[in-house]
Amino acid sequence: MGKSATSRTILLLAPLLLFLGLAYVVPFLGVVRWSVTLPEPGLGQYRAVLTDPLVQSVFIRTLRICLIVTAAVLAMAYAIAYVWVRGTPTQRMLAEFCILVPFWISVLTRAFGWLALLSNRGLINTWLQAAGIISEPLALARNEFGVIVGMTHFLIPFAVFPIASAMRAIDERVLLAARGMGASRSRIFWSVFVPLTYGGLIGAALIVFVFALGFFVTPAILGGGRSVMVAELVYLRIFQSPDWGLGAAISVVLVLFIGILLALMRRFIKPAHLVG
Amino acid sequence: MPQRMQLGDAKAAEIKAVSIGKTFGAFRALKDLSLDIGRGEFLTLLGPSGSGKTTFLMILAGFTAPSEGRLMMDGRDITDVPAEDRSYGMVFQGYALFPHLTVEQNIAFPLKVRGRSAADIKRRVGEMVERVGLIGHEKKLPTKLSGGQQQRVALARALAFEPSVLLLDEPFSALDKNLREMMQEEVKRLHQETGTTFVFVTHDQSEALALSSRVAIFNHGELLQVGRPQDVYERPSNRFVAEFLGEINLLPLDALRLDGDRAAGQFEDRTIVLARTKPQIGPKAVAAVRPEHMTIAAAPNNAGHNAIACRVEDATYLGAVTRYHLKTRTGASIAVSMPTVATPPFAHRADVWVSWPIEQGFLLPHQT
Repeated sequence: MGKSATSRTILLLAPLLLFLGLAYVVPFLGVVRWSVTLPEPGLGQYRAVLTDPLVQSVFIRTLRICLIVTAAVLAMAYAIAYVWVRGTPTQRMLAEFCILVPFWISVLTRAFGWLALLSNRGLINTWLQAAGIISEPLALARNEFGVIVGMTHFLIPFAVFPIASAMRAIDERVLLAARGMGASRSRIFWSVFVPLTYGGLIGAALIVFVFALGFFVTPAILGGGRSVMVAELVYLRIFQSPDWGLGAAISVVLVLFIGILLALMRRFIKPAHLVG
Repeated sequence: MPQRMQLGDAKAAEIKAVSIGKTFGAFRALKDLSLDIGRGEFLTLLGPSGSGKTTFLMILAGFTAPSEGRLMMDGRDITDVPAEDRSYGMVFQGYALFPHLTVEQNIAFPLKVRGRSAADIKRRVGEMVERVGLIGHEKKLPTKLSGGQQQRVALARALAFEPSVLLLDEPFSALDKNLREMMQEEVKRLHQETGTTFVFVTHDQSEALALSSRVAIFNHGELLQVGRPQDVYERPSNRFVAEFLGEINLLPLDALRLDGDRAAGQFEDRTIVLARTKPQIGPKAVAAVRPEHMTIAAAPNNAGHNAIACRVEDATYLGAVTRYHLKTRTGASIAVSMPTVATPPFAHRADVWVSWPIEQGFLLPHQT
């Protein structure tokens, strides 16, 4: 790239860089300052992050939820991507509809939608009780299960795109070659098709995991305050207690952790592969 | 894992296609094709793109089902046997190697599918790697190999399980000329060593002539002619075959007379005598002569030869041969190629005689 091309790129990116600088970097530097100055200067809040049993339990719960959600999302997104890429034209259209429509609906609407289905007096419990299958409502929402369902549903499209992109890149002749050598359908799938999509799977896993780490709205609504995740904990520390320093320190730790994951992602896959 | 019995695992097979047809929607890709492929022969399917040759190969492999007709192997009807149970060796255009597997894992794949023992696989992979000259590259991924090396892996993988038929779909189209010639030698050698039936698809006529024991020429979904390379080249049954296999001079004849196994007709003011290839030829016909069968001289050669008067338009030096472009009195173009060493230089616009032995020319119908 020539010098003028480089400066033109910078010029084109300038509005975004300026916006990110003013709206994210500067305020975040303020958060970093709080974490080492409130209530007194020093690294006391970081010691608290590492030792406070409440913070610890929230971090562990967050990691557990993120891992379960990532696994569930990958399994379902793989199946959907497979139909989307290799199905009949009708199946492809249906898959595309199922991927894109939820993608366009806001996270808030979707969380409340799940609440309407899963809560104690929601559709599922009402129907099951009316049908006489259960007498007491099942605990489907306001707990970790509800949070996992809502987050999984929200994140599936983000995993479908990179996985589908990897599937599309597979040379059809490679699969034909395997068939021609006498390989069964399941062998072709497990020893040729799936290994050729590992790149897409790793990318999808990282995207989903990183997104899930910072989830706020879905756990707040579907967890009902009983299944607090890290982002909600930060919110509670800053808005509902005077303990700004701890909230700030947790934020900084979270951002660092996500930064490390993104750096790993860059090492394994090219960004262009993630958008399909 | 139990040993799966596969059709392809017998020694070299004999295949018989009976009235095979294939339509894709309204498009007829193959029409009423009947062809016998002999045990252990090297048959080339030759034709321009869209001629049906690849469709026929895919039907042989079992990847495409014919719309009509039957396919027999060693006397057994295999029309409905799926590709994975036919299990012929196949080399694809672009090789279709498994990009996530190393050279030796690629070659081992068909052996693993067959449930061979680890020791057996190791021995066989070693043999194949040696046979195609890839020692030292066993642990490499296909992307780390050159085009020619990838080609060798594809051949080794296709031959590792000793298939009774090897199908090759334009395997050399991505290689440069020198490498292509090397690989042609290699494939010829592998054919001789294995004794397997080879069916090879190409649109390159010189490749077809160089490799095959027989060539089948396709156009517009029809099989036009099958025969040994010298038969189809020297005695093509129609104009398409004649022109597709190499440059040819076509001279329209008048006052055609058929006399036993000879034919004679008028071209300009000369009588041209030819061998007849087909008894049923219309009143209008052309004399067909390959450029290399013609010679240029200052005087006509009348003893057992035809001769026509021409003027030299252009000469192109091509190393071993020199190509002449000439015009007859009525302005018809004639191409002659002669060995450079045997050619005295002819001056531009010189009046000369072009001659060829009677048995080298043949009669073709006027229409293509």
